[in-house]
Amino acid sequence: MTAISPSADKKAAVAKFAKDLEIEGRSLWADARDRFFRNRAAVISLIILAFIGILVVVGPWLSPHEFDAIDWGYMAAPPETEMSHWFGTDSLGRDLFVRTLMGGRISFMVGILGALTAVVIGTLYGATAGYAGGRVDSAMMRVLEILQSFPFMFLVILLMTMFGRSIYLIFLCIGGVSWLDMARIVRGQTISLKGREFIEAARVCGTKPSAIIVRHIVPNVLGIVVVYASLLVPSMILFESFLSFLGLGVQEPMTSWGALVNEGAQSMEVATWQLAFPVFFLVVTLFCFNYVGDGLRDALDPKDR
Amino acid sequence: MKKLFVGLALATAVSALLPVQAAQVPAGVTLAKEQVFHRGIGSEPASIDPQKVEGSPGGFIVKDLFEGLVSQDADGNTIPGIAKSWNVSDDGKVYTFHLRKSSWSNGDPLTAHDFVYAFQRAVDPVTASKYAWFMQIPGIVNADAVIDGEMPPSTLGVKATDDYTFQVTLENPVPYFPKLLAHYTTFPTPKKVVEKYGDDWTRPDNIVSNGAYKLSGWVVNEKLTAKRNPFYWNNDKTVVEEVNYLPIPSATSELNRYKAGELDMTATIPLDHFKKLQKEIPKEVTITPLISTYYYSFNTKKKPFDDVRVRKALSYAINRDAITKYITGQGQKPAYSFTPSSINGFVKPDLAWEKMSQKEREKEAAKLLKQVGYSKSNPLKVELLYNTSESHKKVAIAISQMWKQALGVEVTLRNEEWKTFLDTRREGNFDVTRAGWTGDYNEASTMLSLWTSESSLNDAKWTNKEYDKLLETASSTIDEGKRGLIYEKAEQIFSSEMPAAPIYQYVTSRLVKPYVGGYPMNNPEDNVYSRDIYIIKH
Amino acid sequence: MLKFIIKRLAVAVPTLLVLITISFFLMQAAPGSPFTGERNLPPEILKNIEAKYNLDKPVWQQYFLYLGNLAKGDLGPSFKYRDYTVNDLLEQSFPVSLKIGAIAFIFTVIIGVSIGTIAALKQNTILDYIIMALAMTGVVLPSFVIAPLLVMIFSITLQWLPAGGWNEGTWEYLILPVTAMAIMYMASIARIQRSSMIEVLNSNYIRTARAKGLPWRTIILRHSLRPSLLPVVSYLGPAFVGIITGSVVVETVFGLPGIGQHFVNGALNRDYSLVLGLTIIIGSLTILFTAIVDILYAVIDPKIRYQ
Repeated sequence: MTAISPSADKKAAVAKFAKDLEIEGRSLWADARDRFFRNRAAVISLIILAFIGILVVVGPWLSPHEFDAIDWGYMAAPPETEMSHWFGTDSLGRDLFVRTLMGGRISFMVGILGALTAVVIGTLYGATAGYAGGRVDSAMMRVLEILQSFPFMFLVILLMTMFGRSIYLIFLCIGGVSWLDMARIVRGQTISLKGREFIEAARVCGTKPSAIIVRHIVPNVLGIVVVYASLLVPSMILFESFLSFLGLGVQEPMTSWGALVNEGAQSMEVATWQLAFPVFFLVVTLFCFNYVGDGLRDALDPKDR
Repeated sequence: MKKLFVGLALATAVSALLPVQAAQVPAGVTLAKEQVFHRGIGSEPASIDPQKVEGSPGGFIVKDLFEGLVSQDADGNTIPGIAKSWNVSDDGKVYTFHLRKSSWSNGDPLTAHDFVYAFQRAVDPVTASKYAWFMQIPGIVNADAVIDGEMPPSTLGVKATDDYTFQVTLENPVPYFPKLLAHYTTFPTPKKVVEKYGDDWTRPDNIVSNGAYKLSGWVVNEKLTAKRNPFYWNNDKTVVEEVNYLPIPSATSELNRYKAGELDMTATIPLDHFKKLQKEIPKEVTITPLISTYYYSFNTKKKPFDDVRVRKALSYAINRDAITKYITGQGQKPAYSFTPSSINGFVKPDLAWEKMSQKEREKEAAKLLKQVGYSKSNPLKVELLYNTSESHKKVAIAISQMWKQALGVEVTLRNEEWKTFLDTRREGNFDVTRAGWTGDYNEASTMLSLWTSESSLNDAKWTNKEYDKLLETASSTIDEGKRGLIYEKAEQIFSSEMPAAPIYQYVTSRLVKPYVGGYPMNNPEDNVYSRDIYIIKH
Repeated sequence: MLKFIIKRLAVAVPTLLVLITISFFLMQAAPGSPFTGERNLPPEILKNIEAKYNLDKPVWQQYFLYLGNLAKGDLGPSFKYRDYTVNDLLEQSFPVSLKIGAIAFIFTVIIGVSIGTIAALKQNTILDYIIMALAMTGVVLPSFVIAPLLVMIFSITLQWLPAGGWNEGTWEYLILPVTAMAIMYMASIARIQRSSMIEVLNSNYIRTARAKGLPWRTIILRHSLRPSLLPVVSYLGPAFVGIITGSVVVETVFGLPGIGQHFVNGALNRDYSLVLGLTIIIGSLTILFTAIVDILYAVIDPKIRYQ
């Protein structure tokens, strides 16, 4: 089963950066940004990602075909230009170019919304625990520990088989299980922020704790959260493809890269193009996300290089 | 298809003159030295206990390990099994079976008492058999009450008049009763062994069976192995020494293993590969008709599907030829009647809409829908429910496109995983739903009784008194020809009311290596007995 | 130290209980029953079947019955495979997954750590780039693409190895599934190992060691390898559990009789007892391994203990 969290080294880098950030202040961000843009692989990856992103959004309009229309005369046809089936068609005669790009929309969406879900839950949970401190904190951390040793993948499979497979449930599920590390990082950050003057001031003014968390703490941990979220995206996309393999992905006629790749893998000896195009997009995207992630890590933790 | 109709309408005993099925190796064929047969069975069997098994994977195995009163030949005709002959009383209610002298795989004699035990066991609430209803179909005396727990199993209308005579009493005359006995629920079970080992009696170390094979190994989700049973009454005619059953749920994986030479016969062929395989290895692709219909049910209790015009319009607009040609493409036949033509003794009804061209049908459909008040500006909205599977998905997508193009109907697809789907369908939470039905025995009532008012399978919730009455009459009509006419009338009513749109008749398609001899190309119940198979030298 | 271990394990029991409870009620709430099929069963037959499996009792009573049996080590009968109890099924399938998983795990760690270390030592050379690009491919290629590819190449085209099956775990049946399973985790471990090794090599004490003129081999084997393994160790817990449970894909493609297939089929068939049994096994494993890794970490790095 695919692990849906970034690898340990990236997590460590983010946490460490958060610590340094606290000591040295704002200029670290600027340094990190400079370092990131000096990393050629990361920058190229970012450009490719942007290109794929745009293609996925506008691409479907370039083709004369609908993503769910059947071309009866062109069932499982190889790529050709005459009928504008640039990537060929699937076994039902639907245009693969359009479907690949539509699938890309879903995959990107699952990745991004899944990460967002994780971020929202993780940030609020971590900030609350960190800010409350004391018993509440240790109780919340215990809960986190318990959750951490849960076989979540299995719960996700259970949920997906039993309660239908709406796309919302997918990213809720994926996001819902990957916020744990996020919560830890945010908690650490919050604890150090808590002692700062502006928080003290807010408290003295009688601001409610919930307001302090939302207005003062969350905006201050946001940077680190965004970086971490970017690392979550590729693992989410990969996990969605795993769900698709189990037949628990998005609803037809919608599709995702995972679903397309899985269909392609079933017929790779008969219709190579049905596997090749979606796999190419999936792999390139994940490659790029990973290089960007590596770039971010290196930028945040310069000692490595 | 129509051949002699064994045991039916014959009040006299049918003697053992009938051919007995066994591997018939043609002259001139050299057999392979190693007679081992590897067959794919799709998925792990739910059980191999004759009274507990359900589904075809377990069915394949149980039919090799056990043998009932009757069996089937390669064309699906009923032939004598353990019963060498049988006769019916004049009122058609009491069947007497004369058993041959045979024994269990441990050498114990097999007697009529074993059948009494098995029949009682099937209806006993303690067994909790899912196929207990199989004893209710012919209406064996007291079957209902025993299942309900009102009477003890010993009151079931079966008895052993002596060690080798078995008698069954029915509530009403059911002329096709012997046909039902090729079904595994009626196979004998060894009482002593079952009582000694409880649920564990089917393990390789404990099992005792009476068929051509005896289980020798079982690894769940990998394979079951069976070896020739030397005590089988017709053992001399068995050729294959060892059978391996491989449960491989993924059709693509199964194909790979077939190509790698690990399987001699698959359970299915993946859709995407079919055309290519037919081109490359046409001799290995086998297609057999099956008593099974693929159809879409309409929710007749829900507006606007309570209107027969809407149902007809949707049914007419389905281009069945396109579906069988482009989507399924494995020799499935377009279906216009609910009963498949391959069924024994069924006369194909003369349906008016079947004769129209697709263009005419679509025109008629548009007209009907217009009458109801739907148009492009006020489109009919339909939610189409189907259970998750590659092929159902394809059919659903194609049909929704056809409805959209021909009638401007707006279709939403809803796929649910099997168990959820069944719940939804039963509760009637659908507009149109995919369904399929495979007959339990080779007679038209196995299909048509589905649409009677009290049938628990009638998910369309369609009721028609005339239809109900026709089927009731049919069930006690002994003459086969007359019965056929009644079924034809029932099909006409079905077509004029269209509670469901038949789409195609299923086929069994599988790959069989050229060196596998004796494969039954025409058994519409997909009964492939390993005892009929022989491996040719290759 | 002992206190830490006890504390760590004390959490395990309530965790497991929570897990069982959640899974139990989740399955109760799920639509569909283990006994629905294409043919709707007549109510009296359904009643008989439900009585046999205690499903006619109130839910809370079923729950405590289950817990009571569980305490005795009895996981109940399988709802789908009527000739087996869940204990039987697990006894048969768990060793299979364990065997493949353990072999894959050992390979993963040995090869992953080695190539990660090599890449670190040859940092920014062609070799490094090749290893890392391959590792990245391993990370991003879904295993349901890798596995059938392996079958196509080695079983169908070359006919060197069987395309599937278990055959009591003889070696030729193990190679492809183990490879498919190991590739992904191997790649992750190589990447982690590479970056932590680079970090260690840049640290002051290694520089000192080098300055003192110690031979490279000694520096790497004695001084660098152990500290560089820390991040890898923290990854091992999830990786091991992932490999064992993650057999879902590989077991499906290769038709292996392990727990992965049971889980997916069990969920689809609504085989409540089987799925619960598996959840308990996998849950315990996850908890055990997280605990072991924590303890291992505490042994290697004493700072953890005092947090």
